[in-house]
Amino acid sequence: MSATFTVGLLLLLSLIGYVMGRSRAVTVAGGSIATLHSVPNYYGSFVALWAGLPALVLVLVWMALRGPVMDWLVLDGLNAQQIESWARVMLPPNDLQNLLSNIADETAALTETHRQLLLINIKNLAAGQALYVNPAVVDAIQPAADHLRNLRGLSDWTLFGAVAALSGGALAFCWSRINPDFRARNNVERVVTWLLILSSTIAIFTTIGIVLSLLFESIRFFTKVPVTEFLFGLHWSPQTAIRADQVGSSGSFGAIPLFTGTMLVAVIAMVVAAPVGLMSAIYLSEYAPKRVRSLVKPVLEILAGVPTVVYGFFAILTVAPFIRDIGTAMGLNVSSQSALAAGVVMGVMIVPFVSSLADDVINAVPQALRDGSLGLGATKSETIKQVVLPAALPGIVGAMLLAASRAIGETMIVVMAAGLQANLTLNPLDSVTTVTVQIKSILVGDQEFDSAKTLSVFALGLVLFAVTLVLNVVALRIVQKYREKYD
Amino acid sequence: MTEIAEPMQAAAPVSASFHTGDAAMKRLRSRYAAERRFKIYGILAISFACIMLVILLFTLLKGGVSAFWQTEMRLEVTLDAAIIDPQGTGNPADWDRGALQTLANNALYKEFPEVEGRLEKRDLRGLVSPVAGVFISKILDKDPSLVGQTVQLWLPTSDGVNQILKGGIDRTLPEAQRTINDRQLAWVDKMQANGHLKTAFNSTFFTSSDSNYPELAGLFGAAVGTLLTMMITLLVSLPVGVAAAVYLEEFAPKNKLTDLIEVNINNLAAVPSIVFGLLGLAVFLNFFGMPRSAPLVGGLVLGLLVLPTIIIASRAALKAVPPSIREAALGMGASRLQAITHHVLPLAMPGIMTGTIIGMAHAVGETAPLLMIGMNAFVTQAPTSVLDSSSVLPVQIFIWADKPERGFVELTSAAILVLLAFLITMNGAAIWLRKKFERRW
Repeated sequence: MSATFTVGLLLLLSLIGYVMGRSRAVTVAGGSIATLHSVPNYYGSFVALWAGLPALVLVLVWMALRGPVMDWLVLDGLNAQQIESWARVMLPPNDLQNLLSNIADETAALTETHRQLLLINIKNLAAGQALYVNPAVVDAIQPAADHLRNLRGLSDWTLFGAVAALSGGALAFCWSRINPDFRARNNVERVVTWLLILSSTIAIFTTIGIVLSLLFESIRFFTKVPVTEFLFGLHWSPQTAIRADQVGSSGSFGAIPLFTGTMLVAVIAMVVAAPVGLMSAIYLSEYAPKRVRSLVKPVLEILAGVPTVVYGFFAILTVAPFIRDIGTAMGLNVSSQSALAAGVVMGVMIVPFVSSLADDVINAVPQALRDGSLGLGATKSETIKQVVLPAALPGIVGAMLLAASRAIGETMIVVMAAGLQANLTLNPLDSVTTVTVQIKSILVGDQEFDSAKTLSVFALGLVLFAVTLVLNVVALRIVQKYREKYD
Repeated sequence: MTEIAEPMQAAAPVSASFHTGDAAMKRLRSRYAAERRFKIYGILAISFACIMLVILLFTLLKGGVSAFWQTEMRLEVTLDAAIIDPQGTGNPADWDRGALQTLANNALYKEFPEVEGRLEKRDLRGLVSPVAGVFISKILDKDPSLVGQTVQLWLPTSDGVNQILKGGIDRTLPEAQRTINDRQLAWVDKMQANGHLKTAFNSTFFTSSDSNYPELAGLFGAAVGTLLTMMITLLVSLPVGVAAAVYLEEFAPKNKLTDLIEVNINNLAAVPSIVFGLLGLAVFLNFFGMPRSAPLVGGLVLGLLVLPTIIIASRAALKAVPPSIREAALGMGASRLQAITHHVLPLAMPGIMTGTIIGMAHAVGETAPLLMIGMNAFVTQAPTSVLDSSSVLPVQIFIWADKPERGFVELTSAAILVLLAFLITMNGAAIWLRKKFERRW
């Protein structure tokens, strides 16, 4: 009995509700539909909505809470001996000592990391994938696995029953309320309007979700590493020691090298994208004959639609070796993961973005300004340089800021083409690393749940979000102001 | 203004030669030259963009097309019942599938009976794919009666041989720089002379999932993963996006809340995609405990990612429907919701669809947020539900791009070609929709 059946039942009951509601409306009208307050379809929709929606909310809430509650129940059901015999096999000696003394004190015995490890073992066992579990612990946690399986079955059946009862009950109640005076349309429209409002607030909830999730984990990170060290430290090496006596991996979280690396790559990208994008926009909107426009526009659209992972592959396969060879021929020492290669490719990626934004802005400049300038005898380029561009300047600045925010947040190109080593350098031929590269490389691969290393990702994410947010807000403001000026 | 005004004030004392003299001609020439230079800058900028696209496509085509072919060798394989079915039950479930590779190796020894010695034999085994046993296994599954017979089979060669024959690796390179040594090269030449080698269409690429061996690696699993993910994305973002657009465009009063929503939507459209990945990690995986690597979570994250795009496009489409339509509907006694659902939305649908397709095309190529929620898992089977571990096309490309074998470089380019073809089709559909249903009021 899986959730699919429950959702299927829900849809089926809604459908039945629609048909029943509609036919009842026709019946109570007694042959003259005009006596009904609303069209029969609305009576159907009324029953279907109320049979479906509350039960759907129940399913969603149940699904969301099911996992954590069951984890808690399963772990609560384990007795101290079982935990101990599991820990004796799975935990390193130090942790085991702590755990045993905790069990003796009857305090919360397991740390968060160990709790997760134990749960993974139990879940694998419950899913019948015993091969992923150390055979020595199977006996100890088998009861818990059985417990989990029972709970899952129980939860699924309870949900199914609850949905059937709630949905069926609502169906029956709504059905019984149908009479010619019942205002079904008003009821349905009120519900639908609330659904529309709810949908439009999802954007706000997403932003809140982003801010809260980044903030909470960042605060946890800053309890381990001071904010000042993170923001102003000059050394980044996030490897924390796994064992206390380990040498050479103390972990330091000074993010300045990441910030300079990100800036370096973004500046290179903008050096490529700004002139190319702006000039192509000017040429396309002021000079190009119609045929050229219709040829070049799709080219730019394709460039804009190429996934970033493809640009990343292009950078490592073609551009980076090309730049290295040129550098070697000129007697320069170019890293094979140079910031230059990543930046140039990122610039190519942003060209269509700059160009289409700039195109909009330039087209928004009133034709009268151009005509005036041309009428006074200025050449076309003089008109553009001295009349159109100054008039479009705020919009162009806004476009550049948006493009810069994209360059800063871009991930795949730098992940593939830039390095992992956090060098504090401004030399574009050196390998640098960026904020996004570090986020990706720390999160992909083995994660510990509570270490400063994993948590540092969220602090980096918070910085990234804050910086791009400021850039976006400023840019959008400027663009909007400018649009209003000529509207 | 001042620059233009000055000559006018000075015009009275200056003779007509100010505009016709040699100096004037020179000024004019330099102004025209500046004009030409400016135009050339524009052409250069456009050419740069075009040339980059051409180089990009050319590199991918050059590197990728060959992956659609795979070199195979003809071997006379003795499907020895004692090796395949050591328990003698005749039940395919009891077969020793690990031993099937031995059959391929034995067939090679038979092809080259003169080869002796441990090292030489190891080199010889290096000609056939190290996963040839899997292919034999598939053939046997199709026709179990072959057990015990000796049959001619076309089996894939190892990546080294494949690359040499397709020209991916230059055979004139010094021996140390090739994956195939001189001795192996001689055997390959002999087989080729006998007609025992051929290049065949690489159907594995389209039917199998990820593998550590380029001969066995394919896109099928990732493609199914992409489809499942996109299904969830569409289910989340289209209804919510259209509903939000309808509310904001048709119902919303102008107040602080709707202003806030609007600012939020515009900002979300520009938030880096990796941040959405972090959101998914913190909320869907850590808080709600959803499974890692699942298309369900990937679809939800991408759904939130494309939501602003769809809302903005839908609002533009709704705005383009003239108010007279609404007024006519309201005048006939329709409620506001009826006017919208019966008249405005159907007219705005082509615009909404175009925006949705473009948003989905963007989501199909998105990689970074999916890496955050663990969709880079090594998955050797196509997912069967939205809760299974799965990969998606761009992530598969990313994984293959990291692998050192020459065969995977080829596969990466080929996978990109497939992805690009997919995207161009989607965008083409959007353009077609726009052209076909575009309506000027």
